[in-house]
Amino acid sequence: MVETIAFYTFAGMAILASALVIGQRNPMYSVMLLIASFGALAGLYIGLDAPFAAVTQIIVYAGAIMVLFLFVVMLLNAPQEDTEHDVRMHPFAGPGPMRFGALLALGLAAELGWALTRTPSEAGSFAVTPVSSVAAIGRSLFTEYAFAFEVTSILILVAMVGAVVLARREEPR
Amino acid sequence: MDSETLIRFAVYGVIVFVAFNALIIASAILVLAERKVMGFMQQRYGPYLVGFHGSLQPFADILKLLFKEELTPKGADRILFTLAPMLSVVAAFTAFATVPFGAQTTLFGLLKEPLNLGISDVNVGVLVVFAVTSMGVYGIVLAGWSSNSKYSLFGGLRASAQMISYELSYATALAAVILLANSLSLREVVDSQAGTWFGFISKWYIFLQPVGFIIYMIAGIAETNRAPFDFPEAEQELVAGYNTEYSSVRFALFPQAEYINMVTMSGVATSLYLGGWQGLLPFYTPLDPLIQQYGLGWMVFIAKVSGILFFYIWMRWTLPRYRYDQLMAFGWKALFPLSVINLLVTAAGVLYFNG
Repeated sequence: MVETIAFYTFAGMAILASALVIGQRNPMYSVMLLIASFGALAGLYIGLDAPFAAVTQIIVYAGAIMVLFLFVVMLLNAPQEDTEHDVRMHPFAGPGPMRFGALLALGLAAELGWALTRTPSEAGSFAVTPVSSVAAIGRSLFTEYAFAFEVTSILILVAMVGAVVLARREEPR
Repeated sequence: MDSETLIRFAVYGVIVFVAFNALIIASAILVLAERKVMGFMQQRYGPYLVGFHGSLQPFADILKLLFKEELTPKGADRILFTLAPMLSVVAAFTAFATVPFGAQTTLFGLLKEPLNLGISDVNVGVLVVFAVTSMGVYGIVLAGWSSNSKYSLFGGLRASAQMISYELSYATALAAVILLANSLSLREVVDSQAGTWFGFISKWYIFLQPVGFIIYMIAGIAETNRAPFDFPEAEQELVAGYNTEYSSVRFALFPQAEYINMVTMSGVATSLYLGGWQGLLPFYTPLDPLIQQYGLGWMVFIAKVSGILFFYIWMRWTLPRYRYDQLMAFGWKALFPLSVINLLVTAAGVLYFNG
């Protein structure tokens, strides 16, 4: 009973906050609403008996990544998105990247509709016992998913080096 | 619902109420302590007129702030301007929720099952403290941005960069203790520090983690934006930094959040390195079994927290402020590598002796 109420509260908060993220004209508010949405997601994880995932969600996304987002938005100091067209009414009338974005959104909507309407073929495809303890997560990360884990870390390293190279000032010759 | 459950609920309610109000009063006491200690260090009396030796000064300060006009600068973002101090103070209060401040107790036989003295005992407690304190930075950053003032904006920018940089060293220092205790729950970390080595040295993790403790304290000072790392409000450069444009109650919430964060930081340091409510002094005293027997561990906890808080204040009035580039260089080039080495050495030691 309590779990059902908690689920619908957090799910509703997550959906509402995420919807408001795209509805804002001020990027500062978008960032704050995205943080609220992450917080609601963390609540859902706790409902799934995965406190470690919930706390990691807060530390990594809400605590670290969104601070960087906020940093960039503050430095750009763009209180209003400057748009020539009212793209919310005519998404396909906007310039190239926006049309691409609208296409992506359409694809996502179609995928969501498919996922929600299909009947689950295999009910027990997930492990029955939840992997909630930190030790169990660590063990499976370094044994079963060791390859994916290492590849991800190399990917992040490459992205970091790339960012440093791109951001470096041209040396005067 | 039987009477046992009812009493448990009531006791939990009382604990939460007492802890909340203790934090509020602690911030008032800290304001006074800060001014008194500063006074003695500078060979003067400090506040002296309100109450006995100025003991009622913080309450006079709060009354004064309550009756001030609340100003909102022109061009400020009203919603975020009001939200920012609230975020700061809510994050500060919430972070304390997982800090345990006493051993299990039956309240002199009132309860059949022993009760944990602490607000909540989460099995990932250390991470919860870390997650919630990292939320506190939003209060400062938003205050800086929404004030529509260049000093505030710079304060907010500095706060976000500084807190992200020092969070890394802070978390890595924590991880070493977690490795030793083999648990993420603060209560279990404290429990594993019970007893003594060779019968006379208290089993505190500070003796196994001296480097980790120093890293934790330095990063903790940077995380709470205290001198010598108080760049977000460096008064010579930025007027008052992120809270330049604030007045009245909204202003009062920022120092309050800062002082409560200090209490939380000291509480976590006490639990992780100084044995929490176990062991009054670094060596065995005949008092130790008596304290545990009569359930006075919470007094030991408060004593240790007060000691660390005094250390914080002492640092503030002893060390001059760094330069901002020095802060960044120190954080990334000295403190972070040191904490990684500390973690690796600890992991190797745990593997060698336990594995």
